[in-house]
Amino acid sequence: MNPRLTLATSARVLTQVRHDPRTVVLLLAVPSLLIGLMAWIFTDTPLFDTIGPALLGLFPFIIMFLITSITTLRERRSGTLERLMTMPLGKFDFIVGYTLAFGLLAILQSLIAVGFAVWVCGLTVSGNAWLLILVAVVNAILGTTLGLFASAFATSEFQVIQFMPALVFPQILLGGIFVPRDKMPDVLHSISDWLPLSHSIEALQKVSQASDASGDVLREVGVVALWAVAFVVLGSITLRRKTE
Amino acid sequence: MDAAIHSEGLRVHRGKLDVLRDLSISVPRGQVVGLLGPSGSGKSTLMRSIVGAQRIAAGTVTVLGLPAGAPALRQRIGYVTQAPSVYDDLTVAQNLRYFARVISAPASDVERVIAEVDLVPQTNQLVGSLSGGQINRVSLAAALLGSPELLVLDEPTVGLDPVLRRDLWQLFATLARRGVSLLVSSHVMDEARRCDRILLLHNGTLLADETPEGLLVTTGTTDADDAFLTLIARAAA
Repeated sequence: MNPRLTLATSARVLTQVRHDPRTVVLLLAVPSLLIGLMAWIFTDTPLFDTIGPALLGLFPFIIMFLITSITTLRERRSGTLERLMTMPLGKFDFIVGYTLAFGLLAILQSLIAVGFAVWVCGLTVSGNAWLLILVAVVNAILGTTLGLFASAFATSEFQVIQFMPALVFPQILLGGIFVPRDKMPDVLHSISDWLPLSHSIEALQKVSQASDASGDVLREVGVVALWAVAFVVLGSITLRRKTE
Repeated sequence: MDAAIHSEGLRVHRGKLDVLRDLSISVPRGQVVGLLGPSGSGKSTLMRSIVGAQRIAAGTVTVLGLPAGAPALRQRIGYVTQAPSVYDDLTVAQNLRYFARVISAPASDVERVIAEVDLVPQTNQLVGSLSGGQINRVSLAAALLGSPELLVLDEPTVGLDPVLRRDLWQLFATLARRGVSLLVSSHVMDEARRCDRILLLHNGTLLADETPEGLLVTTGTTDADDAFLTLIARAAA
């Protein structure tokens, strides 16, 4: 890996995004709009304070997963990836370059979404609001790295979209938003222990509900970050210089 | 001096298809070598094998004295795929600046290659807004960055008007005079006469390795199309 090439790749990806203002607007505004809608739906119930934090983790994760898997698929199909693989660009330069670029967008997106949820929608955060942002960002990075990895197994945009329900929805269902994880059947509970999204939802719920849970939260964030690193490594294994 | 490209018994399967069958070729240094043949004859697969992007079933490919795909070659080869492999949501200059950084070419190269492919007026236009022929030239410009010793160009003149085609072939000849080796594929037989040497590919086998004049003499024909048809007829007989 060469930091100069990694950063050149990040800068290139960000320049591409900049040429597409509509994407930038959607990327930054949609999570906040959805959170606003949720707050409105649950106006007269205490429910928003329970699921609001989980949403702050979910939206960045899902959006980043979609964006990353589609952009990298485009790169594989257009021949630019093949060209780069005949050049002195390392696989990690490519993957980490993408992760950094989309990670930066994720930070912006999370700052806006958390700010909107707390100050406009009145979400109660007992813990540290910055910690909430940290979890949201790590979640977005998880989505980015999972998207990079998943795109390797898709040969068309249609397939990539199908990976959403296949890889993302089960994690949401088992993540403890609908039913607390310890109330699930044992088998599902153990499975959910191994899913990265369970840990990020737990971290988000802890930050918002307890003011003294920073240690626990950081441990959960650590688990999510490990998964993100694992996906980066898996993603770079799927990048091949030689193909059939 | 050894050859720029040398393959020995090269075999490539794609699925159940034998794309290249025991192909042994040699491309001398400092020449423009045309790789001709109908579509589906294995030209692109051979080129991908040379740049190290193709998994091969058997045989060897040696490029500039090293096995194809060796990391040390990545800075020394310029490669243009058949599909224009550039980013259509970046401008011409932004594309080339990125590729220049990847191969550690000086930043001043960007301006030079834009001029070489005659795209100066389009420098700051988005690639997606250019015509097909212009996009091909952006892709070609990326391969000219740095100082590649070998250029592997897959149909670089497709979709270009005659004036531009002539200009590009002149550029190839100039590069060859500077010592660059070029392998240029085309399915337009007419482009054969612009090459120093021709490799004729058919069904994954080599039909001829000749100079353009030699090809006409051995086949007793007067143009490349006829020469090609004669060789296929002979191969079938």
